[in-house]
Amino acid sequence: MLKRIWILSLAGMWAAAAPAHAQGMADTTARSLAATCANCHGTNGHSAGGTESLAGVPRDTLLRKLEAFRSGEKPATIMHQIARGYTPEQLAQIATYFAAQRPSARN
Amino acid sequence: MIDRRHFLTALGATTAAAALPGCASLGASARKAHVVVVGGGFGGASAAKYLRLWSDGRVRVTLVERNARFISCPMSNLVIGGLQSMAHITHDYAGLRDRHGVRLVHDSVTAIDTVAREVRLAGGERLHYDRLLLSPGIDFMTEAVEGLAGHEDRIPHAWKAGEQTLLLHRQLAAMPEGGVFAIHIPKAPFRCPPGPYERASLVADYCLRHKPRAKVLVLDANADIQSKKGLFLAAWKARYPNMIEYRPNNQLLSVDAATRTARLEFEDVKADVLNVIPPQRAGRVADLIGSHLANGRWVPVNWLTTEVADMPNVHVIGDAALPAPRMPKSGHMANQQAKVAAAAILQMLADQPPNPAPMVMNTCYSFVGSDSAMHVASVHRFDAAENTFLPVEGAGGLSAVASPAEAAAAQAWARNIWADTLG
Repeated sequence: MLKRIWILSLAGMWAAAAPAHAQGMADTTARSLAATCANCHGTNGHSAGGTESLAGVPRDTLLRKLEAFRSGEKPATIMHQIARGYTPEQLAQIATYFAAQRPSARN
Repeated sequence: MIDRRHFLTALGATTAAAALPGCASLGASARKAHVVVVGGGFGGASAAKYLRLWSDGRVRVTLVERNARFISCPMSNLVIGGLQSMAHITHDYAGLRDRHGVRLVHDSVTAIDTVAREVRLAGGERLHYDRLLLSPGIDFMTEAVEGLAGHEDRIPHAWKAGEQTLLLHRQLAAMPEGGVFAIHIPKAPFRCPPGPYERASLVADYCLRHKPRAKVLVLDANADIQSKKGLFLAAWKARYPNMIEYRPNNQLLSVDAATRTARLEFEDVKADVLNVIPPQRAGRVADLIGSHLANGRWVPVNWLTTEVADMPNVHVIGDAALPAPRMPKSGHMANQQAKVAAAAILQMLADQPPNPAPMVMNTCYSFVGSDSAMHVASVHRFDAAENTFLPVEGAGGLSAVASPAEAAAAQAWARNIWADTLG
């Protein structure tokens, strides 16, 4: 059993190693962008309470919401002001990042 | 050269280690890169956490902090106003140690050797670092106000949360009915631009409930209210007419602790409670790296990486850093800068270029009374041509009006930023 895990892990390592450079940079950029939301929405989108958890929210759901804040279509006290600070591409990266996080238990 | 090879050993095989989560320590145990973080406030604690989180534990992090517990400046004005307990704003560092594997050292730094890359502690320990991150916050320039040094008990600042916060609350509670509570605000820049005006609001809120004939004098060295001006003035007019009096262009020259008298440029003010927020500079730990200080007060940094100019392997963040344009000195901003620093440090340890386009944003809530708050927000993008962060035009802004809904939002903000920083 242990041996099998070891072999699978080695295979995974081999597969992951080649495109790591470009892919890694894109991943860390999205991670850093999403981390700017964490002060209010919790680390990796797991809210500590009183705000929406973003972890595990489907990409399109979150992106539509962020775009609606950005355009002013969705009224808000603060999110419209914050969403306008990011480009549509950045909002898409943020939505993709949070969609890939394990959903919060408290959601 | 040897160091570079070590980094490659420790970090170059990032993907390999990621594929072997249970075995990550095997490859890296020979020598893990070590980051020493000095200062466990919003900046340093967040940086320590995110360095561990984002390296999947492959970088060793030691956090040096002289205080045993984290006491939050944001929300501390509620304690002064008798609306929250010290316990509410006091948090421990156990999460950083137990959940994230940060090594905590509660000690003071006595020397930093940037050539040997070594931090020396009062307790005798020497910490060798691959990268050093200082987040020392502010220190007071008490000597700028004659008569103030050594009289913090008579004339509290309460601008670093802790015993001083309780002391100011107790002085407010003991103030005679009809008494005068005077706050002096130094010339900008200082930590938390809206903070003094929030404090005046919450002191007035307390007085309205307990000492309705009291007077709150806001003596400002600046020409105007430094943040959320219209919102504060509207709230003061509606809630505390004839109680809060705002006097701009009022530079403090000296104080007499015995009589609690403030000698200002154009008048003398005798108060029952005198709260002097002294002028501020980078925390003095920053002096140990021998960097040039802008205006003798703040550490200039390269905002792409938060590295100190001409000082390889040393980063400075938070209130101590010379800010980019319209970047406030706030706990929220320090937490955001910490993530820029953590990401850049990990890239550089792995011999990779830093993210060329980092972003930071700020949200700052202020209470105008026990049940009502408002915000100011901004988003800042790194501008390669200007080589600094610039506010994104058209983004950010203020509340339309202070409201109970935003008081709830402010409490949620606090819970979340404390958890993001320490949890």
